[in-house]
Amino acid sequence: MEIVALQVLNSLFYAAVLFLIAAGLSLIFGVMGIVNMAHGSFYALGAYVTAWSVVVTAAAVPTPVLYLFLPLGAVAAALVGLAIEPTLIRPFYRRPEEYQLLVTFGLLLVLEDVIRAVWGGTPLTAGKLVDFLGLVQIGGLPYPVYNLLMIGVGAVAALGLWAFVYRTKFGVLLRATAQDRRMAAALGIDVGRIYVLAFGLGCFMAGLGGAIVVPSQAAVLGMGVEVLILAFVVVVIGGLGSLEGALVGALIVSALRTITIQFWEEFELAALYLIAAIVLLIRPTGLFGRKS
Amino acid sequence: MSLLRTEGLKKYFGDTRAVDGVDFSVNEGEFLSLVGTNGAGKTTLVNLISAFLFPDSGRIFVGERDITFSPVDERIRAGIARSFQLVNLFDDLSVLDNVALAIFARERKTKRIFALAERDTGVTAEALDLLGQFNLDGKAQALARGLAQGERKLLDVAVAYALRPKLLFLDEPTSGVSTRDKAQIMDTVSSVVRGGKITAVVIEHDMDVVFKYSDRVVVMHEGRFLADGPPEEIRRNTDVATYLLGTDVSE
Amino acid sequence: MSAPQAFSIGGRAAVAGAVFIALLLVPILASTYQTQLLTYGLTLAIAALGFNLLLGYTGLLSFGHSAFLGAGAYAVAFMMRYLGVSSMELFLLGGIAFSAALAALFGVVCVRHTRIFFAILTLALSQVLWTLAYKFFWITGGTDGIRVPFSKVTLLGGLVSFPGPDAFSGFVTSYYYYVLVVFAVCTALMWLIVHSPFGKTLQAIRDNETRARFLGVRIWRYRWLAFLVSGIFTGLAGTLWVPLNGLVTPDVLYWPQSGKIVFFAVLGGFRNFFGPIIGAVTFNYLEVYAVALTEYWQLTLGVILIVLVTFLPAGIVGTAVRLTARLKRWREASA
Repeated sequence: MEIVALQVLNSLFYAAVLFLIAAGLSLIFGVMGIVNMAHGSFYALGAYVTAWSVVVTAAAVPTPVLYLFLPLGAVAAALVGLAIEPTLIRPFYRRPEEYQLLVTFGLLLVLEDVIRAVWGGTPLTAGKLVDFLGLVQIGGLPYPVYNLLMIGVGAVAALGLWAFVYRTKFGVLLRATAQDRRMAAALGIDVGRIYVLAFGLGCFMAGLGGAIVVPSQAAVLGMGVEVLILAFVVVVIGGLGSLEGALVGALIVSALRTITIQFWEEFELAALYLIAAIVLLIRPTGLFGRKS
Repeated sequence: MSLLRTEGLKKYFGDTRAVDGVDFSVNEGEFLSLVGTNGAGKTTLVNLISAFLFPDSGRIFVGERDITFSPVDERIRAGIARSFQLVNLFDDLSVLDNVALAIFARERKTKRIFALAERDTGVTAEALDLLGQFNLDGKAQALARGLAQGERKLLDVAVAYALRPKLLFLDEPTSGVSTRDKAQIMDTVSSVVRGGKITAVVIEHDMDVVFKYSDRVVVMHEGRFLADGPPEEIRRNTDVATYLLGTDVSE
Repeated sequence: MSAPQAFSIGGRAAVAGAVFIALLLVPILASTYQTQLLTYGLTLAIAALGFNLLLGYTGLLSFGHSAFLGAGAYAVAFMMRYLGVSSMELFLLGGIAFSAALAALFGVVCVRHTRIFFAILTLALSQVLWTLAYKFFWITGGTDGIRVPFSKVTLLGGLVSFPGPDAFSGFVTSYYYYVLVVFAVCTALMWLIVHSPFGKTLQAIRDNETRARFLGVRIWRYRWLAFLVSGIFTGLAGTLWVPLNGLVTPDVLYWPQSGKIVFFAVLGGFRNFFGPIIGAVTFNYLEVYAVALTEYWQLTLGVILIVLVTFLPAGIVGTAVRLTARLKRWREASA
């Protein structure tokens, strides 16, 4: 049925977004061993910055050029991340876990309110970017070309990230530091630089997820926390610290979400939580996770 | 009937054969040293016996009972306790509480929720007495994290000892302390252990300590037992000398 | 917790006595508004006590304790609206039962994993409940919520009731004493719990999970029990809070509420028994006066939290205890 095909595409689109966020979360955890409670807020920041830049310049600039503003959200998120890691996060690596969680939770409170302070409570949307690309007929039903394009972007991002982590010199440094920080330092690797870059990259990806989704779904307050929970379900299923896990987990969670919204909208989050709970009971490290 | 016995115990980590077919038996009342170079498999063997790890093949028996896959609490009830190489204490609890906790655990009183712990005079008295045997009673109210390294090592042993095990595994009880402290620690440990008629297996690197205190020495190498016998016999064993480089095996 | 002994037993008893007498006199000496405010503070203190059993004593940081506040609160609302209950004692029982069931069920999911997973699983739980409360508006009243008017509440098994439009100040006074008694009982009970063998076991698990396991302690079972007790205390706080507020909405479940509870404990000092109580009461007043100054209280909260965690991790009470102990040692040394 054609409707099913459309739902599958919707699911893939959202999976691309979830993958970016979850991969960012996993990357940061894999390299530095911390879970950034404010990670969802970087996604929200990315969405708001992109939407805002499109809205603000829409009148003055021809629409094709607007697409150049899409990555702005990701860049903004990365910049904030690069500023925050050395100042707020680094002092806490040596301290007990609860302090790391507390400081990133404080960051979450701050970022959510900063977003509210800067952009207010009304939802922001960059719908122009979707409308401009028009619709394509899939089995007789119209479907936004934008979504197809973004599925492509998601696939490219997954490949690109994989190549980056497993095929570049920086990726080697990243993995070495992730596996053994002291050994890496002893080998002359500038661990501090790796950390800040890894954190920035993770935030970039979260921001990119927000930037991609905002032309399709409005940026609203609270989106950060909402997506944090979804990203968490993704890494529970896929395994925290694993790139493949983030990809597979994102596909699964997005599919489940699409199905649940279709049949039982009110239980969407509850159903996902239940599935996460079941996965945790059966296979605590997820599909691809490492046993600690 | 030996107190503890393993048969063909194996544990591999990928290609590394940490424990490669070990038939180990410990007799009641022995004070046994387990020696070998780093990576010989000593800690892995103790981990397998104390349920920190489960073996890939082989069996472990306490008396007649097969405990190969028993969980930790069952092994403790079977009479096995261990201390740790990297000191493992409850740092924000007092020295007394550290030991009292082991006693509460042993007595199955840890779920008592409507009773003040300090009021249990039986437990407190036993804990203080035990601390006295380890020369730590003066520090009973101090936080565990405030003790000197040698005292922390002793406390680690005391906590395991408080479980009143039949068989006590000590993982490098003198590592990381000064030579003078080493003697003090081993004197205390061996007198308490022998006085309590407990069987002990001590992982040790310092051969002077080994030869001075043990009844029996077992040498491990590459996951297998290389030699097993009283200290003098091991001392004369040239294979052992070859493999334990850097240790003084001459008279 | 073995904090340095800054005060003698006699000194501490004197302070406790003075505080208690002061608390007894509040409705007589202060206005209705102030009494009401302090009542809120006491309910928040009970919530903080429950929360800190997990953080301070078991080492588990929950970002979802609003789930229990909400469970206790909605229990009252449901009992009043659907069962016609008006007895506060029954509300308390219902709130405890509902929170206990929630904690028992979700404890199984939340406590079996690492502390990081625990933090996020609890956050997720409260979010799930929030969306359910929000979406099932025909049961929960949605964003409008359910009203719980004090005129329909009776205390002491129906002996004390508050009919009539002018009964509010009478209600505030009576309810204050009611909450004060519950608060005193909760504090005493929690004191007993953390000083019991069970409490010591929790602290051992907090300090060194491996070693506790090697004493034969089944870690997750104790964490589950702690989660259960914690949920009950915080649920009780939610139950007490509602009649005073007169209304329960999904807001009580929303994640910043959990953030506030975390903040109480950090502000007061979570490695100290009284820290969270002081933190809760202090915050209660701070919020009232700070909200007047800025609409971005969440931002302020976040910033203060970061500052506290970075520079003053022992919180108000913890730092005060350390300073007093240091002062005492200095005086003894120079005497």
